[in-house]
Amino acid sequence: MAKASSNHGLPGTLIVVEGIDGSGKTTQQQLLRKWLEDRAMPIFYTEWNSSSLVKKATKEGKKKATLTPLLFSLLHATDFADRHLYQIVPPLKAGMTVVADRYVYTAFARDAARGVHPVWARRMYSFAVKPDLAFYFRVPVDVALERLRSARAKLKYYEAGMDLALSPSLDESFRLFQTRVVAEYDKMVEEFGLVVIDAQRPIHAQQKEVRAQVARKLGLPVRGTGTVRARG
Amino acid sequence: MPKMKFPGPAPDYIARAENRGKLIVVEGTDGVGRSTHVAMARKWLEVQGHAVAETGWTRSKLVGQAIDDAKAGHTLASLTFTLIYACDFCDRLEKEVIPALSAGYFVLADRYIYTAIARAVVRGLDEPWVRDLFSFAPIPDLVIYLRVDPNQLARRVLLTGGMDYWEAGKDHHPELDIYDSFLAYQTSSLTVFDRFKKEFGFVEIDAARPAELVQEQIRQAIGALIGVSA
Repeated sequence: MAKASSNHGLPGTLIVVEGIDGSGKTTQQQLLRKWLEDRAMPIFYTEWNSSSLVKKATKEGKKKATLTPLLFSLLHATDFADRHLYQIVPPLKAGMTVVADRYVYTAFARDAARGVHPVWARRMYSFAVKPDLAFYFRVPVDVALERLRSARAKLKYYEAGMDLALSPSLDESFRLFQTRVVAEYDKMVEEFGLVVIDAQRPIHAQQKEVRAQVARKLGLPVRGTGTVRARG
Repeated sequence: MPKMKFPGPAPDYIARAENRGKLIVVEGTDGVGRSTHVAMARKWLEVQGHAVAETGWTRSKLVGQAIDDAKAGHTLASLTFTLIYACDFCDRLEKEVIPALSAGYFVLADRYIYTAIARAVVRGLDEPWVRDLFSFAPIPDLVIYLRVDPNQLARRVLLTGGMDYWEAGKDHHPELDIYDSFLAYQTSSLTVFDRFKKEFGFVEIDAARPAELVQEQIRQAIGALIGVSA
């Protein structure tokens, strides 16, 4: 099994975006992909919790609010293992640039915030290849909460950590739970060499930084990383 | 009240549960008669006045169906297979086993984590990794290991419904015919189980003997645990 601690040695490049809900990482990864596509780079995109294997079980467990921290953790690991096998390693072998919206760090942060042992979780995911670049979009919890509130009507049950019964209020629970998640992310910056992006800065400024880092990794000219050309 | 023991770090909400009953596991490869003996042992325990709950491999409400679907599609890699088994086990542990033990039930588990570990190891996964994965599972009070040699097991399985793709380990030995695959796979499984027997102190019972004799030995083993004679 490949170890998360060693380089994957495959021809492709794995780029990961991480951060709490409302950090803006999805917007950033979408803009990054637009730019890479524009440069005709072969891209493969994969996102957290999207394999069909345990989708029904996860959905049902979430709907009925019966997912315990350990089962939550194991279901996500199963989903990840399936995607790792079919959606992450093959495109890396084919020399593509894989963009992953959330990676093992999401599991480490959320699982630890739910009381699952951090060493156990790291061991479980030790089969995962190490990303070439892992961005962490760091944002204060209140800013993230504000963004989510303006974007959609209601916070989700597990996103707010309601399963932990920290507070009967959805907003307050979100604040308490995501504060724990942020603390876990912060601990991982050094442990895994995450590239921290200040997610309070303007979207365009963040994207410029992301593209500069990616350009360096892929050996692309840095010039022109600041413009987003519309396609079609 | 006795706390449960765990091989590794279990989350607090699991680790603080108390075992007021007994966790009794019946292990053994496919076709050794586990379910028959679990049913008989249950009846006997109930006659003794003990409340009994049963739990069986891949019977979790939440992921049982996902496992069946995946088996039918043959798309599961060993790693994913092992993780989905862990989901099933976790769901049953938290929703059936621990609540029952806390309430003072005797829990009869038809297979336990040793099955999952053996399957994964035979298919080439890293054993320390698999054992760590399942390290949140409480250590049972008793593990009864029903053992039959592969040759005899093959005859028994052929007489009772035939060899199934997974039981024969066809995913692992696509080059062999079903019989040779069954033999090779069950032999490797037994090697792992025999090793576990020593390490974890399984009570081995020769399941090739007549069912009444096997059941008598099972009752003796349980009787020794709870201080009654079978």
